[in-house]
Amino acid sequence: MLIKILGSGCANCVNLERVTREAADDLGVVAEFEKVTDYADIASYGIMRTPGLVVDDEVLLSGRVPTREQVRELLAPLAPASA
Amino acid sequence: MSAVQAVRSRPVLRRWLMVGSAAILWVALYSVNLPWWDWLVYDVAGLDEGSRLGSGVHFFFYDSVKIGLLLTGIIFVVTVLRSFMSVERTRAMLGGKREGFGNVLAAGLGVVTPFCSCSAVPAFIGFVSAGVPIGVTMSFLIASPMVNEIAIALLLGLFGIGPTLLYAGAGLLIAIVGGFVLGRLHVERWVEPFVFETRLRGRVIDSTLGLTWDDRIAMGVEEVGSILRKIWPYLLVGIGLGAVIHGWAPEDFFAQYAGADNPFAVPLAVLLGVPLYSNAAGVLPLVEALHDKGLPMGTLLAFMMAVVALSLPELILLRRVLKPRLIATFVAVVAAGILVVGYLFNAVLA
Repeated sequence: MLIKILGSGCANCVNLERVTREAADDLGVVAEFEKVTDYADIASYGIMRTPGLVVDDEVLLSGRVPTREQVRELLAPLAPASA
Repeated sequence: MSAVQAVRSRPVLRRWLMVGSAAILWVALYSVNLPWWDWLVYDVAGLDEGSRLGSGVHFFFYDSVKIGLLLTGIIFVVTVLRSFMSVERTRAMLGGKREGFGNVLAAGLGVVTPFCSCSAVPAFIGFVSAGVPIGVTMSFLIASPMVNEIAIALLLGLFGIGPTLLYAGAGLLIAIVGGFVLGRLHVERWVEPFVFETRLRGRVIDSTLGLTWDDRIAMGVEEVGSILRKIWPYLLVGIGLGAVIHGWAPEDFFAQYAGADNPFAVPLAVLLGVPLYSNAAGVLPLVEALHDKGLPMGTLLAFMMAVVALSLPELILLRRVLKPRLIATFVAVVAAGILVVGYLFNAVLA
Protein backbone atom coordinates (compact mmCIF):
# COMPACT_ATOMS: atom_id res chain seq x y z
CA MET A 1 0.00 0.00 0.00
CA LEU A 2 1.38 3.38 -0.95
CA ILE A 3 0.22 6.19 1.29
CA LYS A 4 0.84 9.76 0.22
CA ILE A 5 0.56 12.74 2.53
CA LEU A 6 -0.16 15.90 0.54
CA GLY A 7 0.83 19.24 1.98
CA SER A 8 3.63 21.73 2.13
CA GLY A 9 4.99 20.83 5.54
CA CYS A 10 2.46 22.61 7.71
CA ALA A 11 1.62 21.34 11.19
CA ASN A 12 -1.53 19.66 9.87
CA CYS A 13 0.46 17.51 7.45
CA VAL A 14 2.72 16.29 10.25
CA ASN A 15 -0.33 15.47 12.36
CA LEU A 16 -2.01 13.68 9.46
CA GLU A 17 1.07 11.56 8.84
CA ARG A 18 1.26 10.67 12.54
CA VAL A 19 -2.37 9.50 12.85
CA THR A 20 -2.12 7.65 9.54
CA ARG A 21 0.98 5.76 10.66
CA GLU A 22 -0.76 4.89 13.91
CA ALA A 23 -3.85 3.70 12.06
CA ALA A 24 -1.76 1.60 9.67
CA ASP A 25 0.04 0.04 12.65
CA ASP A 26 -3.32 -0.72 14.29
CA LEU A 27 -4.42 -2.58 11.18
CA GLY A 28 -1.09 -4.33 10.78
CA VAL A 29 -0.78 -2.87 7.30
CA VAL A 30 2.67 -2.60 5.77
CA ALA A 31 2.60 0.73 3.99
CA GLU A 32 5.09 2.88 2.23
CA PHE A 33 4.77 6.58 3.05
CA GLU A 34 5.51 9.38 0.68
CA LYS A 35 5.29 13.12 1.25
CA VAL A 36 4.02 15.20 -1.64
CA THR A 37 5.02 18.81 -1.15
CA ASP A 38 5.04 20.13 -4.70
CA TYR A 39 2.05 22.39 -5.27
CA ALA A 40 1.47 21.29 -8.86
CA ASP A 41 1.42 17.65 -7.73
CA ILE A 42 -0.90 18.43 -4.82
CA ALA A 43 -3.29 20.37 -7.02
CA SER A 44 -3.31 17.65 -9.67
CA TYR A 45 -5.14 15.42 -7.19
CA GLY A 46 -7.94 17.96 -7.14
CA ILE A 47 -7.15 18.91 -3.57
CA MET A 48 -7.67 22.54 -2.61
CA ARG A 49 -7.27 22.36 1.11
CA THR A 50 -4.24 20.75 2.64
CA PRO A 51 -3.52 18.32 4.13
CA GLY A 52 -4.61 15.51 1.84
CA LEU A 53 -4.48 11.76 2.25
CA VAL A 54 -3.98 9.68 -0.88
CA VAL A 55 -3.82 5.88 -0.81
CA ASP A 56 -2.80 4.02 -3.96
CA ASP A 57 -3.58 7.16 -5.99
CA GLU A 58 -7.07 7.56 -4.58
CA VAL A 59 -7.88 10.68 -2.57
CA LEU A 60 -9.44 9.60 0.71
CA LEU A 61 -9.56 12.86 2.57
CA SER A 62 -8.61 16.51 2.36
CA GLY A 63 -8.82 19.72 4.30
CA ARG A 64 -8.76 18.39 7.83
CA VAL A 65 -6.87 16.16 10.20
CA PRO A 66 -9.01 13.15 11.04
CA THR A 67 -8.78 11.07 14.19
CA ARG A 68 -6.87 7.82 14.31
CA GLU A 69 -10.18 5.91 14.34
CA GLN A 70 -11.43 7.70 11.24
CA VAL A 71 -8.27 6.88 9.31
CA ARG A 72 -8.54 3.27 10.44
CA GLU A 73 -12.05 3.10 9.03
CA LEU A 74 -10.85 4.61 5.75
CA LEU A 75 -7.89 2.24 5.47
CA ALA A 76 -9.58 -0.96 6.61
CA PRO A 77 -11.38 -1.79 3.33
CA LEU A 78 -8.14 -1.18 1.42
CA ALA A 79 -5.99 -3.42 3.60
CA PRO A 80 -4.93 -6.75 2.10
CA ALA A 81 -7.18 -9.59 3.27
CA SER A 82 -4.26 -11.61 4.54
CA ALA A 83 -3.14 -8.92 6.97
CA MET B 1 -36.90 6.42 34.22
CA SER B 2 -35.29 9.50 35.75
CA ALA B 3 -34.51 12.61 33.78
CA VAL B 4 -30.78 11.82 33.85
CA GLN B 5 -31.37 8.36 32.42
CA ALA B 6 -33.68 9.78 29.80
CA VAL B 7 -30.97 12.15 28.65
CA ARG B 8 -28.26 9.48 28.74
CA SER B 9 -30.24 7.12 26.59
CA ARG B 10 -30.80 9.74 23.92
CA PRO B 11 -27.53 11.00 22.43
CA VAL B 12 -29.30 13.55 20.22
CA LEU B 13 -30.98 15.17 23.21
CA ARG B 14 -27.70 15.06 25.16
CA ARG B 15 -25.83 16.76 22.31
CA TRP B 16 -28.25 19.69 22.10
CA LEU B 17 -28.43 19.99 25.90
CA MET B 18 -24.64 20.34 25.96
CA VAL B 19 -24.67 22.96 23.21
CA GLY B 20 -27.47 24.80 25.02
CA SER B 21 -25.66 24.79 28.37
CA ALA B 22 -22.49 26.04 26.71
CA ALA B 23 -24.49 28.90 25.16
CA ILE B 24 -26.02 29.84 28.54
CA LEU B 25 -22.59 29.71 30.22
CA TRP B 26 -21.22 31.96 27.46
CA VAL B 27 -23.94 34.58 27.94
CA ALA B 28 -23.48 34.48 31.73
CA LEU B 29 -19.70 34.97 31.51
CA TYR B 30 -20.08 37.77 28.96
CA SER B 31 -22.52 39.68 31.14
CA VAL B 32 -20.52 39.42 34.40
CA ASN B 33 -17.22 40.35 32.73
CA LEU B 34 -17.50 44.13 33.27
CA PRO B 35 -18.83 44.15 36.88
CA TRP B 36 -16.31 41.44 37.79
CA TRP B 37 -13.23 43.45 36.68
CA ASP B 38 -14.72 46.69 38.04
CA TRP B 39 -14.96 44.98 41.40
CA LEU B 40 -11.56 43.23 41.26
CA VAL B 41 -9.45 46.07 39.87
CA TYR B 42 -11.08 49.07 41.54
CA ASP B 43 -12.54 47.66 44.77
CA VAL B 44 -10.33 44.70 45.71
CA ALA B 45 -6.98 45.85 44.28
CA GLY B 46 -7.87 49.43 45.18
CA LEU B 47 -6.64 50.99 41.93
CA ASP B 48 -8.06 54.39 41.07
CA GLU B 49 -10.54 54.31 38.19
CA GLY B 50 -9.31 57.65 36.89
CA SER B 51 -5.59 56.80 37.11
CA ARG B 52 -3.47 55.68 34.18
CA LEU B 53 -2.47 52.44 35.84
CA GLY B 54 -6.01 51.68 36.97
CA SER B 55 -7.68 52.23 33.61
CA GLY B 56 -4.82 50.50 31.74
CA VAL B 57 -4.95 47.38 33.93
CA HIS B 58 -8.75 47.31 33.76
CA PHE B 59 -8.68 47.66 29.97
CA PHE B 60 -6.21 44.78 29.65
CA PHE B 61 -8.14 42.24 31.73
CA TYR B 62 -11.63 43.26 30.66
CA ASP B 63 -10.69 43.31 26.97
CA SER B 64 -8.78 40.00 27.10
CA VAL B 65 -11.79 38.18 28.50
CA LYS B 66 -14.29 39.97 26.27
CA ILE B 67 -12.31 39.29 23.09
CA GLY B 68 -11.64 35.70 24.16
CA LEU B 69 -15.36 35.11 24.66
CA LEU B 70 -16.34 36.80 21.40
CA LEU B 71 -13.81 34.76 19.45
CA THR B 72 -14.85 31.48 21.07
CA GLY B 73 -18.54 32.05 20.37
CA ILE B 74 -18.27 33.35 16.84
CA ILE B 75 -15.57 30.96 15.60
CA PHE B 76 -17.67 28.04 16.87
CA VAL B 77 -20.89 29.20 15.22
CA VAL B 78 -19.18 30.15 11.96
CA THR B 79 -17.25 26.87 11.73
CA VAL B 80 -20.39 24.83 12.25
CA LEU B 81 -22.28 26.86 9.63
CA ARG B 82 -19.37 26.73 7.21
CA SER B 83 -19.13 22.96 7.51
CA PHE B 84 -22.03 22.98 5.04
CA MET B 85 -19.82 24.76 2.49
CA SER B 86 -16.56 23.63 0.94
CA VAL B 87 -13.93 24.96 -1.42
CA GLU B 88 -14.91 22.19 -3.84
CA ARG B 89 -18.52 23.36 -3.92
CA THR B 90 -17.43 26.99 -4.28
CA ARG B 91 -15.25 26.09 -7.24
CA ALA B 92 -18.09 24.21 -8.87
CA MET B 93 -20.33 27.26 -8.46
CA LEU B 94 -17.70 29.58 -9.95
CA GLY B 95 -16.74 27.40 -12.91
CA GLY B 96 -17.78 28.93 -16.21
CA LYS B 97 -19.07 32.16 -14.64
CA ARG B 98 -18.38 35.31 -16.56
CA GLU B 99 -16.41 38.22 -15.15
CA GLY B 100 -18.55 40.80 -13.44
CA PHE B 101 -21.19 38.55 -11.96
CA GLY B 102 -18.46 36.01 -11.30
CA ASN B 103 -16.50 38.56 -9.27
CA VAL B 104 -19.53 39.38 -7.13
CA LEU B 105 -20.26 35.71 -6.52
CA ALA B 106 -16.60 34.93 -5.78
CA ALA B 107 -16.32 37.72 -3.21
CA GLY B 108 -19.49 36.56 -1.47
CA LEU B 109 -18.35 32.94 -1.49
CA GLY B 110 -14.96 34.07 -0.16
CA VAL B 111 -16.73 35.13 3.01
CA VAL B 112 -18.73 31.94 3.58
CA THR B 113 -16.31 29.27 2.37
CA PRO B 114 -14.10 27.65 5.00
CA PHE B 115 -10.64 28.62 3.85
CA CYS B 116 -7.21 29.33 5.25
CA SER B 117 -4.70 31.46 3.36
CA CYS B 118 -2.21 28.63 3.91
CA SER B 119 -4.19 26.81 1.20
CA ALA B 120 -4.16 29.81 -1.15
CA VAL B 121 -1.77 28.13 -3.60
CA PRO B 122 -3.51 24.76 -4.11
CA ALA B 123 -6.84 26.61 -4.25
CA PHE B 124 -5.51 29.01 -6.88
CA ILE B 125 -4.29 26.12 -9.04
CA GLY B 126 -7.52 24.23 -8.43
CA PHE B 127 -9.71 27.18 -9.44
CA VAL B 128 -7.72 28.10 -12.53
CA SER B 129 -7.37 24.53 -13.79
CA ALA B 130 -11.14 24.14 -13.41
CA GLY B 131 -11.68 27.12 -15.73
CA VAL B 132 -12.45 29.86 -13.19
CA PRO B 133 -11.14 33.15 -14.66
CA ILE B 134 -8.07 34.64 -12.90
CA GLY B 135 -9.88 37.85 -11.94
CA VAL B 136 -12.75 35.89 -10.38
CA THR B 137 -10.25 33.71 -8.48
CA MET B 138 -8.59 36.91 -7.24
CA SER B 139 -11.91 38.26 -5.94
CA PHE B 140 -12.18 35.11 -3.86
CA LEU B 141 -8.62 35.37 -2.57
CA ILE B 142 -9.05 39.04 -1.58
CA ALA B 143 -12.42 38.64 0.15
CA SER B 144 -11.54 35.50 2.07
CA PRO B 145 -8.94 36.92 4.49
CA MET B 146 -10.40 40.45 4.58
CA VAL B 147 -13.97 39.67 5.57
CA ASN B 148 -13.29 36.79 7.94
CA GLU B 149 -15.16 35.66 11.02
CA ILE B 150 -12.49 36.91 13.44
CA ALA B 151 -12.64 40.46 12.05
CA ILE B 152 -16.44 40.45 12.04
CA ALA B 153 -16.65 39.05 15.59
CA LEU B 154 -14.31 41.65 17.00
CA LEU B 155 -15.67 44.63 15.10
CA LEU B 156 -19.16 43.71 16.21
CA GLY B 157 -18.11 43.39 19.84
CA LEU B 158 -15.88 46.45 20.01
CA PHE B 159 -17.55 48.93 17.66
CA GLY B 160 -21.09 47.70 17.09
CA ILE B 161 -23.10 46.93 13.99
CA GLY B 162 -22.48 50.18 12.01
CA PRO B 163 -18.70 50.01 11.55
CA THR B 164 -18.95 46.22 11.09
CA LEU B 165 -21.30 46.60 8.12
CA LEU B 166 -19.13 49.37 6.69
CA TYR B 167 -16.05 47.21 6.98
CA ALA B 168 -17.71 44.14 5.46
CA GLY B 169 -19.30 46.16 2.65
CA ALA B 170 -16.06 47.95 1.83
CA GLY B 171 -14.10 44.69 1.97
CA LEU B 172 -16.50 43.01 -0.46
CA LEU B 173 -16.40 46.02 -2.78
CA ILE B 174 -12.59 46.00 -2.86
CA ALA B 175 -12.62 42.27 -3.59
CA ILE B 176 -15.17 42.63 -6.41
CA VAL B 177 -13.62 45.68 -8.07
CA GLY B 178 -10.02 44.55 -7.41
CA GLY B 179 -10.63 41.13 -8.97
CA PHE B 180 -12.47 42.70 -11.90
CA VAL B 181 -9.62 45.16 -12.58
CA LEU B 182 -7.01 42.37 -12.38
CA GLY B 183 -9.10 40.36 -14.84
CA ARG B 184 -9.29 43.33 -17.26
CA LEU B 185 -5.50 43.73 -17.09
CA HIS B 186 -5.18 40.22 -18.53
CA VAL B 187 -2.78 39.12 -15.86
CA GLU B 188 -2.80 35.53 -17.16
CA ARG B 189 0.57 36.24 -18.74
CA TRP B 190 2.02 36.78 -15.26
CA VAL B 191 0.89 33.44 -13.88
CA GLU B 192 3.51 30.69 -13.70
CA PRO B 193 2.89 28.47 -16.78
CA PHE B 194 2.74 25.20 -14.84
CA VAL B 195 -0.59 26.30 -13.37
CA PHE B 196 -2.26 26.05 -16.78
CA GLU B 197 -0.57 22.73 -17.47
CA THR B 198 -1.88 21.15 -14.30
CA ARG B 199 -4.40 18.47 -15.18
CA LEU B 200 -6.75 17.15 -12.60
CA ARG B 201 -6.78 13.40 -12.20
CA GLY B 202 -9.05 11.18 -10.25
CA ARG B 203 -12.41 12.14 -8.90
CA VAL B 204 -12.80 15.20 -6.77
CA ILE B 205 -13.91 14.42 -3.26
CA ASP B 206 -15.98 16.80 -1.25
CA SER B 207 -14.48 16.93 2.22
CA THR B 208 -17.82 17.83 3.80
CA LEU B 209 -19.82 14.88 2.56
CA GLY B 210 -21.17 12.55 5.21
CA LEU B 211 -20.59 14.81 8.19
CA THR B 212 -22.95 14.31 11.10
CA TRP B 213 -24.02 17.02 13.54
CA ASP B 214 -21.63 15.52 16.07
CA ASP B 215 -18.79 15.85 13.53
CA ARG B 216 -19.73 19.47 12.82
CA ILE B 217 -19.85 20.37 16.51
CA ALA B 218 -16.54 18.61 17.10
CA MET B 219 -15.05 20.58 14.18
CA GLY B 220 -16.31 23.81 15.77
CA VAL B 221 -14.70 22.99 19.10
CA GLU B 222 -11.42 21.99 17.42
CA GLU B 223 -11.37 25.15 15.33
CA VAL B 224 -11.86 27.36 18.40
CA GLY B 225 -8.92 25.59 20.04
CA SER B 226 -6.62 25.75 17.05
CA ILE B 227 -7.35 29.41 16.24
CA LEU B 228 -6.98 30.54 19.86
CA ARG B 229 -3.70 28.61 20.16
CA LYS B 230 -2.47 30.31 17.01
CA ILE B 231 -3.50 33.89 17.73
CA TRP B 232 -3.16 34.33 21.49
CA PRO B 233 0.33 35.88 21.34
CA TYR B 234 -0.89 38.46 18.82
CA LEU B 235 -3.95 39.05 20.92
CA LEU B 236 -2.04 39.67 24.15
CA VAL B 237 0.50 41.95 22.45
CA GLY B 238 -2.36 43.85 20.77
CA ILE B 239 -4.35 44.22 23.98
CA GLY B 240 -1.18 45.13 25.91
CA LEU B 241 -0.33 47.89 23.42
CA GLY B 242 -3.95 48.96 23.49
CA ALA B 243 -3.85 49.15 27.29
CA VAL B 244 -0.68 51.26 27.22
CA ILE B 245 -2.22 53.65 24.69
CA HIS B 246 -5.47 53.64 26.64
CA GLY B 247 -3.80 54.53 29.92
CA TRP B 248 -0.79 56.61 28.98
CA ALA B 249 -1.10 58.28 25.58
CA PRO B 250 -2.20 61.92 25.86
CA GLU B 251 -5.81 62.45 24.88
CA ASP B 252 -5.24 64.33 21.62
CA PHE B 253 -1.80 62.98 20.73
CA PHE B 254 -2.85 60.81 17.76
CA ALA B 255 -5.72 62.98 16.65
CA GLN B 256 -3.33 65.91 16.45
CA TYR B 257 -0.84 64.15 14.17
CA ALA B 258 -3.00 61.66 12.31
CA GLY B 259 -6.48 63.16 12.39
CA ALA B 260 -8.93 63.36 9.52
CA ASP B 261 -7.47 66.69 8.37
CA ASN B 262 -4.08 65.12 7.67
CA PRO B 263 -4.18 63.82 4.06
CA PHE B 264 -1.14 61.59 4.62
CA ALA B 265 -2.65 59.68 7.53
CA VAL B 266 -4.47 57.09 5.38
CA PRO B 267 -1.52 56.21 3.08
CA LEU B 268 0.71 56.05 6.14
CA ALA B 269 -1.73 53.67 7.84
CA VAL B 270 -1.70 51.41 4.76
CA LEU B 271 2.11 51.51 4.47
CA LEU B 272 2.41 50.60 8.14
CA GLY B 273 -0.17 47.84 7.82
CA VAL B 274 1.27 45.80 4.92
CA PRO B 275 4.52 44.57 6.53
CA LEU B 276 2.80 44.05 9.87
CA TYR B 277 1.96 40.40 9.90
CA SER B 278 -0.81 39.96 12.34
CA ASN B 279 -4.46 39.19 12.09
CA ALA B 280 -7.65 40.91 13.05
CA ALA B 281 -7.32 39.63 16.61
CA GLY B 282 -3.99 41.35 17.15
CA VAL B 283 -4.92 44.58 15.39
CA LEU B 284 -8.39 45.29 16.72
CA PRO B 285 -7.52 45.97 20.38
CA LEU B 286 -5.01 48.49 19.08
CA VAL B 287 -7.59 49.99 16.73
CA GLU B 288 -10.05 50.25 19.61
CA ALA B 289 -7.57 52.13 21.81
CA LEU B 290 -6.56 54.47 18.97
CA HIS B 291 -10.21 55.15 18.21
CA ASP B 292 -10.76 56.12 21.85
CA LYS B 293 -7.91 58.58 21.43
CA GLY B 294 -9.68 60.31 18.56
CA LEU B 295 -8.29 58.66 15.42
CA PRO B 296 -10.92 58.65 12.65
CA MET B 297 -12.59 55.36 11.70
CA GLY B 298 -11.58 55.53 8.01
CA THR B 299 -7.88 55.67 8.81
CA LEU B 300 -8.23 52.85 11.31
CA LEU B 301 -10.24 50.58 9.01
CA ALA B 302 -7.67 51.19 6.25
CA PHE B 303 -4.92 50.18 8.65
CA MET B 304 -6.77 47.05 9.66
CA MET B 305 -7.56 46.06 6.07
CA ALA B 306 -3.92 46.50 5.06
CA VAL B 307 -2.82 44.26 7.92
CA VAL B 308 -5.26 41.42 7.28
CA ALA B 309 -5.66 41.51 3.48
CA LEU B 310 -2.06 42.13 2.43
CA SER B 311 0.20 39.89 4.44
CA LEU B 312 3.79 39.21 3.43
CA PRO B 313 3.73 35.48 4.23
CA GLU B 314 0.71 34.97 1.96
CA LEU B 315 2.35 36.98 -0.82
CA ILE B 316 5.51 34.87 -0.49
CA LEU B 317 3.39 31.70 -0.77
CA LEU B 318 1.58 33.07 -3.82
CA ARG B 319 4.95 33.71 -5.49
CA ARG B 320 4.99 29.97 -6.31
CA VAL B 321 2.13 30.50 -8.77
CA LEU B 322 2.28 34.22 -9.57
CA LYS B 323 5.13 36.11 -11.19
CA PRO B 324 6.50 39.14 -9.27
CA ARG B 325 4.74 41.57 -11.64
CA LEU B 326 1.36 40.06 -10.83
CA ILE B 327 2.08 40.11 -7.10
CA ALA B 328 3.06 43.78 -7.37
CA THR B 329 -0.08 44.57 -9.39
CA PHE B 330 -2.22 42.63 -6.92
CA VAL B 331 -0.78 44.61 -3.97
CA ALA B 332 -1.17 47.91 -5.85
CA VAL B 333 -4.81 47.28 -6.79
CA VAL B 334 -5.82 46.16 -3.30
CA ALA B 335 -3.86 48.97 -1.61
CA ALA B 336 -5.52 51.52 -3.92
CA GLY B 337 -8.92 50.14 -2.96
CA ILE B 338 -8.08 50.39 0.73
CA LEU B 339 -6.89 54.00 0.29
CA VAL B 340 -10.16 54.99 -1.38
CA VAL B 341 -12.16 53.31 1.38
CA GLY B 342 -10.11 55.05 4.07
CA TYR B 343 -10.61 58.54 2.58
CA LEU B 344 -14.28 57.86 1.88
CA PHE B 345 -15.05 56.78 5.44
CA ASN B 346 -13.13 59.69 6.89
CA ALA B 347 -15.18 62.04 4.73
CA VAL B 348 -18.54 60.35 5.35
CA LEU B 349 -18.16 59.63 9.05
CA ALA B 350 -16.58 62.94 10.03
